[in-house]
Amino acid sequence: MLLLIDQVFIQLGIAFVGALLFWRLLLNIYVLLVTQTARQKSFIDKINRCLPQTQCGQCGYEGCRPYAKAIANGDAINRCPPGGNETILKLAQLANEPLARLDPAHGNIAPLLVAVIREDECIGCTKCIVACPVDAIIGGPKLMHTVIESECTGCDLCVDPCPVDCIDMINSTDKSIPTWTLPTTSGALATQLEAGS
Amino acid sequence: MSTDSAFKLNDIKLRPHRIFGGIKPPAFKSSSMRSRIMPSPIPERLILSLRQHQGSAALPLVNVGDMVLKYQLIAAADQESALNLHAPTSGKIVAIESALIPSQLQQSEMCIHLQPDNKDNAIALNEISDYRAKTNADLVALVKQAGICGLGGAGYPTANKLKASIDIEAELLIINAAECEPYITADEALLREFAKEVVSGAEILQKICLASRCIIAIEKNKKEAVSALAAALNNSSISLVQLPAKYPAGGEKQIVQGVTGLEVPSGGYPPDIGVLVQNVGTAYAVHQAIVEGKPCISRITTLTGAPLQTPKNFSVLIGTPVSFLFEVCGIEEEQLTGAIVGGSIMGVELADLQAPVVKTTNCLIAKSTQEFPEAGKEQACIRCGFCADVCPAKLLPQQLYAYARSCNRDELESHGLFDCIECGACAYVCPSNIPLVQYYRASKQSFAKQLKQEEKSLYWQSRFQTHQYRLKKNQEDKLSQRKTKKNQAEV
Ligand code: SF4
Ligand code: SF4
Ligand code: SF4
Ligand code: SF4
Ligand code: SF4
Ligand code: SF4
Ligand code: SF4
Ligand code: SF4
Repeated sequence: MLLLIDQVFIQLGIAFVGALLFWRLLLNIYVLLVTQTARQKSFIDKINRCLPQTQCGQCGYEGCRPYAKAIANGDAINRCPPGGNETILKLAQLANEPLARLDPAHGNIAPLLVAVIREDECIGCTKCIVACPVDAIIGGPKLMHTVIESECTGCDLCVDPCPVDCIDMINSTDKSIPTWTLPTTSGALATQLEAGS
Repeated sequence: MSTDSAFKLNDIKLRPHRIFGGIKPPAFKSSSMRSRIMPSPIPERLILSLRQHQGSAALPLVNVGDMVLKYQLIAAADQESALNLHAPTSGKIVAIESALIPSQLQQSEMCIHLQPDNKDNAIALNEISDYRAKTNADLVALVKQAGICGLGGAGYPTANKLKASIDIEAELLIINAAECEPYITADEALLREFAKEVVSGAEILQKICLASRCIIAIEKNKKEAVSALAAALNNSSISLVQLPAKYPAGGEKQIVQGVTGLEVPSGGYPPDIGVLVQNVGTAYAVHQAIVEGKPCISRITTLTGAPLQTPKNFSVLIGTPVSFLFEVCGIEEEQLTGAIVGGSIMGVELADLQAPVVKTTNCLIAKSTQEFPEAGKEQACIRCGFCADVCPAKLLPQQLYAYARSCNRDELESHGLFDCIECGACAYVCPSNIPLVQYYRASKQSFAKQLKQEEKSLYWQSRFQTHQYRLKKNQEDKLSQRKTKKNQAEV
């Protein structure tokens, strides 16, 4: 009899430990999943921080963050023209991928531009306002529109919608940084990338 | 100052100390020192950049067509880092448009174009017979009013520097007369002829910054300047420290080390250890501004180089085109291959001879193939280490070079790229002809650009998020409006 009770206790004990282990396993899996997604998310954020945030869509995605997500899932790192070589370099380091030349299918490296509206030609259709991803344009229906230069990312998205073609993309006038170029005689990485070798 | 370093500073004997590294390039100073300083004639047009230095642009106060008088304020410093600009002579404003200016930036700036009427009519000047009666705040305001910036090279607004040194209670004022670049003689010539005025300027600066000690540091091979200074310092509390001739003894951090033996900390400035450094040219400009009431409308600039028949130092009106000065010196066109602004080591190539003199232009060199042969072909680094031996900032130039080539931002930063003073000593000794400084400048610039870009990206990202939020909210508002309408219709 005593033996039987002992047996029951042992059985119960085993069952208890088993249940404990099972829950522990479930918890582990859950924690793993959560940290995984969190890690994935912070990885996407890190990638996103390397992208220039012009939201121009040239990479083929809706904006910079969707492209960051795609890179995290294995998409190529060379699809962002506004970011140029610097972004590719940063992405390569971050995602541990080999360096690659910008994919010309998505555009060419070009200096940063800003949009300027030829205000006397604007008919006030508000189409550009709708297109602008960062609300850099002000104006109202049938009124003149204008671009706030400091807010404009140069994404080019307002140019096409304008029915009277009164939006120009011009060189940005930021002069605060001197321009020095690397010696052309050198084989430096940046110049190599620039020269297209 | 109550920190330990200042306590140490006050006990330190000011005498020549060794500086790190450095080179001894052959000097080409004698030709421009042969004649006395000559006031340059008035050219047909003065081109006055709204940005005379590496700060923000001044706000123009005149319109095209206006007549202005000599010393009249024509553009005002509306921001902390801007400089007042005055008309160097009387005449008519004929244009306000962009023009190339000689600076490290190699770029066009908005300039006021003044056509002199050759009458040189001036406004009345406000001379101060006894500046000692003035408060320091008033004196700083006068320095600011006069539009003075550091005339040695960098061009930081002097009033700002003075204010900062009052805040940190500088203990020592060093007047920097160590002009170590092989071709520049502007400060030497100035001291030879205007030592008394320089000393007066130094005394004013010392009064303003409240430093207990003031010295003038000069290289001992400048014999005439030294004797003129010694005579002028006869009844003064200011003393003279004669340094051995070495490049770059005149760098701001190097002069502090050369005089006190103390090292300015990495990433820091002389005020961090209680020292204020001012150039002799600046001291002279301060004397003119306070004692004579004259704003900064001219400066001493060395014109030199083999293609010039009579190289000399000019007291040149700000805005005078370089080509005009070359002509005054008699230029042999067939020899001329270009021009350098600044010294032969640290200077930059001038893209267009029509560019005007700005407040920081201390030297203009007419280039010839004889004096400046084509640089040899760049070869691979052989790791000889010569560059590290001469680096006054105690850096490893060959490592910086390697990291600059691989665009390795983290390593560049940890190897002290930002402590590099771009003196060019490393490139001077490099047997492989590597234009090292160009690499460093390019790296620094790409750093600055990236930082700025990152700042912008963050901002754009937040704008984009706000935009998306706005769209979503609009959508929701519309839906809820529709719902309430529907509800009302049903009722
Ligand atoms: S291409 Fe345009 S939208 Fe795509 S990541 Fe680059 S900047 Fe952002
Ligand atoms: S103004 Fe035009 S170019 Fe500038 S951010 Fe808006 S849509 Fe893009
Ligand atoms: S008032 Fe002007 S800025 Fe404001 S919403 Fe209307 S158009 Fe835009
Ligand atoms: S799309 Fe063109 S016409 Fe229409 S509001 Fe914008 S700038 Fe004016
Ligand atoms: S390094 Fe050049 S700018 Fe600096 S003090 Fe020497 S000569 Fe003048
Ligand atoms: S450069 Fe110096 S290290 Fe290289 S092979 Fe020649 S001697 Fe040896
Ligand atoms: S001096 Fe030139 S070759 Fe020698 S280690 Fe330095 S960079 Fe290399
Ligand atoms: S240029 Fe920079 S790295 Fe080269 S010697 Fe001067 S401080 Fe050192």
